[in-house]
Amino acid sequence: MSEVTRRDWLTALGAAMLSGGISAEAAQHVHQAVAEAKKPAAGAYKPKVFTAHEYKTLQVLADLIIPADEVSKGAVEAGAPEFIDLLCSGNSQLALIYTGGLGWLDRESQKRFDAVFVEAKPDQQRALLDLLAYSKNAKPELAPGINFFNWARRMVVDAFYTSPIGIADVGYKGNKGMAKFEVPVEAIRYALKRSGLG
Amino acid sequence: MAQVRRSAPVYDVVVIGSGAGGGTVVQVLTKLGVNVALLEAGGMLNPAKDFKEHMWPYQVPHRGAGEAAESYFGRKDFGFFSAVNGWWEIEGEPYTTAPGSSFRWFRSRILGGRTNHYGRISLRFADYDFKPYSRDGLGTDWPISYEDVAPYYDKVEEFIGVFGSKEGIRSAPDGIFHTPPPPRAHEVLIQKACAKLNIPCISSRLSVITRPINGRAACHYCGQCGRGCVTASKYSSSQVQILPALKSGKLTIIPNAMARELITNDEGLVTAVSYIDKTTRTEKQIRCRTVVLAASACESARLLLNSKSSRHPNGLANSSGVVGRYLTDTTGYSMSGHIPALVGMLKHDTDGVDGGHVYMPWWLWDKQKEAGFPRGYHIEVGGGYNMPSIGSFNRTIQRHEGYGASLKAKIREEYGTFVSFAGRGEMIPNEHSYCEIDPDVVDQWGIPVLRFHFKWSDYERAQVKHMEQTFTEIIEIMGGTVVTKQKDISVPGEIIHELGTVRMGDDPKTSALNKYCQAHDVKNLFVADAAPFVSNPDKNPTLTICALAWRTAEYLAEELRKGNV
Ligand SMILES: Cc1cc2nc3c(=O)[nH]c(=O)nc-3n(C[C@H](O)[C@H](O)[C@H](O)COP(=O)(O)OP(=O)(O)OC[C@H]3O[C@@H](n4cnc5c(N)ncnc54)[C@H](O)[C@@H]3O)c2cc1C
Ligand code: SF4
Repeated sequence: MSEVTRRDWLTALGAAMLSGGISAEAAQHVHQAVAEAKKPAAGAYKPKVFTAHEYKTLQVLADLIIPADEVSKGAVEAGAPEFIDLLCSGNSQLALIYTGGLGWLDRESQKRFDAVFVEAKPDQQRALLDLLAYSKNAKPELAPGINFFNWARRMVVDAFYTSPIGIADVGYKGNKGMAKFEVPVEAIRYALKRSGLG
Repeated sequence: MAQVRRSAPVYDVVVIGSGAGGGTVVQVLTKLGVNVALLEAGGMLNPAKDFKEHMWPYQVPHRGAGEAAESYFGRKDFGFFSAVNGWWEIEGEPYTTAPGSSFRWFRSRILGGRTNHYGRISLRFADYDFKPYSRDGLGTDWPISYEDVAPYYDKVEEFIGVFGSKEGIRSAPDGIFHTPPPPRAHEVLIQKACAKLNIPCISSRLSVITRPINGRAACHYCGQCGRGCVTASKYSSSQVQILPALKSGKLTIIPNAMARELITNDEGLVTAVSYIDKTTRTEKQIRCRTVVLAASACESARLLLNSKSSRHPNGLANSSGVVGRYLTDTTGYSMSGHIPALVGMLKHDTDGVDGGHVYMPWWLWDKQKEAGFPRGYHIEVGGGYNMPSIGSFNRTIQRHEGYGASLKAKIREEYGTFVSFAGRGEMIPNEHSYCEIDPDVVDQWGIPVLRFHFKWSDYERAQVKHMEQTFTEIIEIMGGTVVTKQKDISVPGEIIHELGTVRMGDDPKTSALNKYCQAHDVKNLFVADAAPFVSNPDKNPTLTICALAWRTAEYLAEELRKGNV
């Protein structure tokens, strides 16, 4: 029977909604509780898709794309390789892009430097990535590498900036809730002055 | 065949569809003591469980990209964090487009319909919007005027709660408003730039409450309305109208019930609704004294067209042949720009409410010649330090090659320095745009599906050109540069303001419904979504859907009381 009685409804509902009285403070409390609830698990991660060597290569690549700097740590610390491995485990098309791309990187590195990517020197690694990253260097024979690099770059960026490290890096201050929405006068003044609009 | 229990109750009113229109009808009728059964094709909603408000992306290992990397391979929904809302395609429920036409149809299958997620923009139509033909000789006048609808705009705004500011602008009539949140920093810049162009840029009007009403908490400015609001501080018909109506004891909700056909008797009155119980895949009937269609404009037209009988060979309530005709969507065009003035600004919490805190109502309503096209558009704005999510930095990584520390610095620098503009304009109904039953295709329950025909005209194209020029000017006055711009006018249907398919009018030869949205041909049949609309002004339709639904519900209750239906 698909008819839903009133009682089912009332029990199915979050009490907050029908009783209505969630204060801004209470809501804020909820936010914080949620935020604390699930921190990414620490410890060694076991790749689901990649071999140990592939995973190592991915880690090196991720930290080259988003390295640690004076503001924040890098992509590995932010969980980018885990993120990519997980998504590859749920999507064979993506897995092929990565296993193929990482293989391409090794072969190309071997050809040029007589060392697989992780064993090449940092400036050699960067020299290879430069060929893929800048349109001025693009050559038809590099196409598979360029394509792969674009995937990796986009996904490493996504992973980094959706981590607590990346979120703090750009300075996102929200997801807290406010009792009253206010904009710092200082921010408005700054923007107005720089725009020449007032 | 259909199971009809002899003892089955006869409901005073069966409402089909639980979106903005259905929700409003349910709320008003149950308040007036009428027994209502609500048929909803989708499942039940449990906001406390279903909504993902306040979650951080890193609280799920896929960060919102989806277990199967959906964000990178074309999503089939709005994204992991979004409130359940439906999509352009629904499995097992196709629709078709005629050769040479394109149309995208966004449908929801859930209690609350598309209101669980919708953009909450709540704009009254202007007085002149109800009389388009009298104004410029195009389209058709409504059988009602602003004065008829204004009291219902008042009631709806008071009940659901809409924030905004009183401005005295004819193209954007003032309503009963909650105090709006102030503009964000980039929105102050936009206001200054608009002032130079003599374009009004005023507080947005959104169905979000900024003080508690009816047991709902005031908004706490988390900017996540699209995820669904657990405190019901934004309007959704599910949380604001239907759940509270259950307390009346007058409402029976029948979820997973896809109405297939309206059953009529020898007098041509509706006596029952035949529906598919999706959980058992069986056909059932529910008996009614009156019926209200609120399945969304095109679904309501489909239901009428599929309710064919020897007595109604063109479908029910369609002796005029207008059902399915006069289909319109809003025109859409968007652009984004980078604003160097925002670089280096103090980072702060700009969450506010989800969506712009300011918007620009149509400003050339008394200078249409100058505009160069009939009718108008309004502008919606975006920007701010939004919560980073999958794809947030695509613009920066497209603008700058490279990787490493320099890329990281660029992303940091450009975060929150983009603004975007979206124009939403009025289309004029034309004879090439309509929907009909596709004779060859049925859905998974054997219900014939809709086939869409659609063409934009030069009026709409001219309007979109104007949007492009205007947005470019605004960005340039802000000292910025254009970063992305849409190539062409939006794909028909894409703005999700499809309407007009069961239009109202005084003449039964040229309209299906009278001025109370009661069918001319079938006096116990009413329509309470956007199907009755006679034109599609540059105001998002939902507030008007609610106002007309309220008016229809009151009229219906009175007719029931008098024994007229
Ligand atoms: C992303 C997005 C943003 C939007 N933003 C805005 C905005 O800012 N402002 C605005 O005014 N509008 C906006 N809209 C449009 C707004 O959502 C619709 O105008 C509004 O929801 C329409 O209400 P409705 O009652 O006609 O139909 P819907 O909300 O679509 O509800 C119809 C319901 O009927 C059910 N149904 C359909 N067929 C059947 C059947 N045969 N039997 C039983 N049940 C059936 C469906 O399952 C659905 O639940 C937006 C829409 C989307 C998707
Ligand atoms: S911004 Fe306000 S209305 Fe929107 S989800 Fe947050 S609390 Fe709810």
